[in-house]
Amino acid sequence: MIDITLQKSLKSQDGTMILDLSFQVESGSFNALFGPSGAGKTSTLKMISGLLRPDTGSIQSHGDIWFDSQKKINLAPGKRKIAYVFQDAALFPNMSVLENIQYAAGSDPDRAYLENLISSMGLEKLVNHKPDMLSGGQAKRVALARALAQKPDLLLLDEPFTALDQSAKIKLQQHLSGLHQDYGFTVILVSHDHAEVMQLATKAFIIEAGQLLRSGTPAEVFGLEGASDEITVMAQIIDHDAESITVMHQGRTYRLSWDASHQPTIGSWINIRLKTTDAQINSLGKL
Amino acid sequence: MLSLSSVNWDPLFLTFKLALVTTLVLLLVGIPLGYWLAYSRSRLKPLLAVLVSMPLVLPPTVIGFYLLLAFSPNNAFGAWLEQTFDLRLVFSFTGLVIASVIYGIPFMVHPIQSGLRGLPPAYKESAQLMGRSRFSILTRVLLPNMKPALLSGIVLSFAHTLGEFGVVLMIGGSIPGETRVASIAIYDEVERLNFGQAHLLSLILFAIAFVILLWVYTRGSKNWKGVVG
Repeated sequence: MIDITLQKSLKSQDGTMILDLSFQVESGSFNALFGPSGAGKTSTLKMISGLLRPDTGSIQSHGDIWFDSQKKINLAPGKRKIAYVFQDAALFPNMSVLENIQYAAGSDPDRAYLENLISSMGLEKLVNHKPDMLSGGQAKRVALARALAQKPDLLLLDEPFTALDQSAKIKLQQHLSGLHQDYGFTVILVSHDHAEVMQLATKAFIIEAGQLLRSGTPAEVFGLEGASDEITVMAQIIDHDAESITVMHQGRTYRLSWDASHQPTIGSWINIRLKTTDAQINSLGKL
Repeated sequence: MLSLSSVNWDPLFLTFKLALVTTLVLLLVGIPLGYWLAYSRSRLKPLLAVLVSMPLVLPPTVIGFYLLLAFSPNNAFGAWLEQTFDLRLVFSFTGLVIASVIYGIPFMVHPIQSGLRGLPPAYKESAQLMGRSRFSILTRVLLPNMKPALLSGIVLSFAHTLGEFGVVLMIGGSIPGETRVASIAIYDEVERLNFGQAHLLSLILFAIAFVILLWVYTRGSKNWKGVVG
């Protein structure tokens, strides 16, 4: 279990924002910090890693104190058993893929583990390549492999799937899921993509303007349980005949069947309730 | 008739020896100093930044004058050096090196500092998270990824030391084989109306400086331009 309580005054273009968060992360779980840009997600990740110092608060991992403002404890980033995948991979350009991974593994690397990591991520053919020869997806995969070469207890991922095309994104997500299951490290993923969080995380924390709004399973926090199977749209009647009316909604016209016993009023507004399961709309094109 | 055989090469050799030693010392001093200026959040940082930049604006004679006072055996520091280490820095090659290092410091520190600042912060941060020492991060991650800046610092420091005159004259004088570098030798030859020798030395120095700067302009990095204006 990792207990995190953080307070920090953050300066942004819109002025000062007070980040004030308190949450717990279970060992071996896959967590997501979800929220809009500028909510304080990356700053939270940096504070957990030790790269950014909180004003006050504490971080404890399995009883070890990483940070405690009252006790004046602030463990160096390298002593927290954390690996971090940055948004832009941040591979060292002077080193090959293999050298990047070896450098991360430290002076006494577990060779069998590294070889397994490289082959399970399909990097064998890339080991001698320099980072500038890699595609965006390959670079992110190497960054993930490099992070895991550290054998971290906690893996921090800062929007690792941005700027990737769909196929590279799916491939990286599959690798991440598989490795998480195999090695059982704890993950905190920063994301602003609903689908990504739904697919990967077991717990999501919704953060807005530096505050934790709610937390729970992704289905709970995104309100999936209470999802409606109806859509209501508002439209204006612009024409009718004996059996149907023509309405306009957001610049497009639609024909709907109409109960002839009621006389429709042209120009009036109506609510149209549609079942998401069987909705059929006949679009007449844009006016 | 002037010919290369009539050139007194000693001042030229001494100049290159001085430039080489100065550049090496500047590298050793400039890297930690540039690192500190690039990353420190200390309140003393502006003070040190100003001190490092002072040789860019002060006349060389001012620096030379104060160093002359400091190194003089008649003053406390110079006397202490002489009594403790049997070291006399005025009118000696060692003194010349120290003066050249002080005078050349911005030419090494500024490219290194801007080279480090130009690297994505995530390089240093990832290496920190890997638990690597500062020395390892500096030598294996940061410096190899800013080679052009490092090279600019080396070339500028070397070339700048070649052309030194004021500082050298103030604390080195003109002792053949010890402190009589090319710029001083040229001045002496002109004083003696020996224009032929002055011409030869000047031409050689001109050619070398030209080649070095041409190399920097064609192969060097963008980092150095900000330093020389």
